[in-house]
Amino acid sequence: MFISSQTSAPCFKDFTLVMPAVAVGNVGQLAVDLIVSTLNMSRVGHVHSDCLIPMAGNNPYASSKEDAEELHTPAEVYTAAELKLAVLQIRAPIIPTKSKKFRQLLVSWIKASGFSRTMVLSSSHAYQRDDQQLQGTPLRYLLTPPLLKGSADALKELGWREMELVAAFPGLTDANAEPRLYIPGGGITKGLYTDSCAEDLPLAVLLLFCSEGDNIPDAFALVNHLNDWLHLLDNPSQKPNKWKIPPSWSLLFGNGIPPALF
Amino acid sequence: MATFFGEVLSVYSRAVEEDEEDLEENEEDEQIRRELEEKREIHLQWSPEVSESLTSGSKLPCSDFIVAVGHNAARFLSVYVLTSANWDAVGHASVWNERSRAVTGQTSEELSCVFYRQRDNPSVLICQVACYIAEDQQFQWTEKVFNCLQHRELSVTVLSDSSVAEYKTADYLCSSSAPFLRSLHTGAFSGQSVCQTLEQPNIVTGLPAAVLNHCEVHRIPAVVYQCYSDVIGLDSVTMETYKPALTKLGKSIQLDTSPSTDVLRKFVRTTNIQSNLYI
Repeated sequence: MFISSQTSAPCFKDFTLVMPAVAVGNVGQLAVDLIVSTLNMSRVGHVHSDCLIPMAGNNPYASSKEDAEELHTPAEVYTAAELKLAVLQIRAPIIPTKSKKFRQLLVSWIKASGFSRTMVLSSSHAYQRDDQQLQGTPLRYLLTPPLLKGSADALKELGWREMELVAAFPGLTDANAEPRLYIPGGGITKGLYTDSCAEDLPLAVLLLFCSEGDNIPDAFALVNHLNDWLHLLDNPSQKPNKWKIPPSWSLLFGNGIPPALF
Repeated sequence: MATFFGEVLSVYSRAVEEDEEDLEENEEDEQIRRELEEKREIHLQWSPEVSESLTSGSKLPCSDFIVAVGHNAARFLSVYVLTSANWDAVGHASVWNERSRAVTGQTSEELSCVFYRQRDNPSVLICQVACYIAEDQQFQWTEKVFNCLQHRELSVTVLSDSSVAEYKTADYLCSSSAPFLRSLHTGAFSGQSVCQTLEQPNIVTGLPAAVLNHCEVHRIPAVVYQCYSDVIGLDSVTMETYKPALTKLGKSIQLDTSPSTDVLRKFVRTTNIQSNLYI
């Protein structure tokens, strides 16, 4: 359920929504963090739901001492009105038995808000790729039919690769077994995509094959990939890196080292 | 995952496997799942007087709601607060989940999440949560409890236990620094905090986070005091750390600043029996 943090409800009409899927390596969430912190987006509301595991913390994008003390919740919506961009950040895992309910909640909110298109940033287990997926770039896309209609030219120009369908039973030649869409470790990605197809929602999934570990380089790869389409920043891949890493990414490898060690 | 120094840590994926849920469930599975869900529901039981006023539609008037989550926080209230003033137990929440022990009599379950009200000033409410509340129950607990309280002029204070191992800092934490207190408050909270605010990238999870989230979206002033301790189990030094958090509420809560050692011993001794490492 979306709850506005301002007195008046924000208007999302014709905005582009970018959101992560909680997936392997948290790549989508990290990429969304980069967008929010780089574009200095402002928070407009929370998604308050029993489907997410509760967590709370101070401002993850604080740039100074003054704005550090601000409570942030598991799922929040940020906007940059001049770019007509809205971002939903999800910071907590989804409760396993409630993933279907959460998907339905998201789809109905996206529909009611009137977003022009939705970009889902996701990831999938690299080790479960099949032979055709092993070659070339690790980035893939999926588009629902309503979005495919309007973006065919843009996609041709980008030269992206679509997510391949894989054999249902690899190694077996069964004429009846249709190849299927398989996104292992992708969380709600596949469900959200199929729901959006059924509901005629313009939605795109951008995903990256990766493994758990230090997924910061993966997040940069995915956010640069998204930027090729949306042009949020000009030439971000040119050095120096223009994406701003938020302070909440610090201490990824644990605490300081005891000085008595040396 | 391998860290910078090459140790291999086991990391569980936060992604939920989407594969299983697509399968068609048979009726029996569904029924078991439904029954489990029902069993995991949280039930609030109030004293006859309170439940009467709740059923008549008026919510509990409450100016200060203090929630203590964890053994040290709960016992801190037992030792420093509940002994010093006149308090009535007005209700409890019954919680069942995977960590609930097999039924050994209703009492232990009833004692693990109890609400107390001050006799002289009934708008002060205390809740001790000594039991484990599962991730899927935290939201529900918060919704149900806050549904019974009047939101006008309500202010919430949460005391919460945590391990110092969960605290992240760029400096090396020497053993003498624990236990220490950190605070996190909602936007509506206007008071002065008694300790440092929780620094990024530290976060609060569990029931304290659920309460904070609820208070943030409903614009209720709330503050969580998280105590990072390096002692497992009950410990009087850790309990004392919470003192400044409640002295601020001085008007509504009488703090017994020097409890008798007998009271302390009564609570601390129980944990020692389980450990025979140092006799």
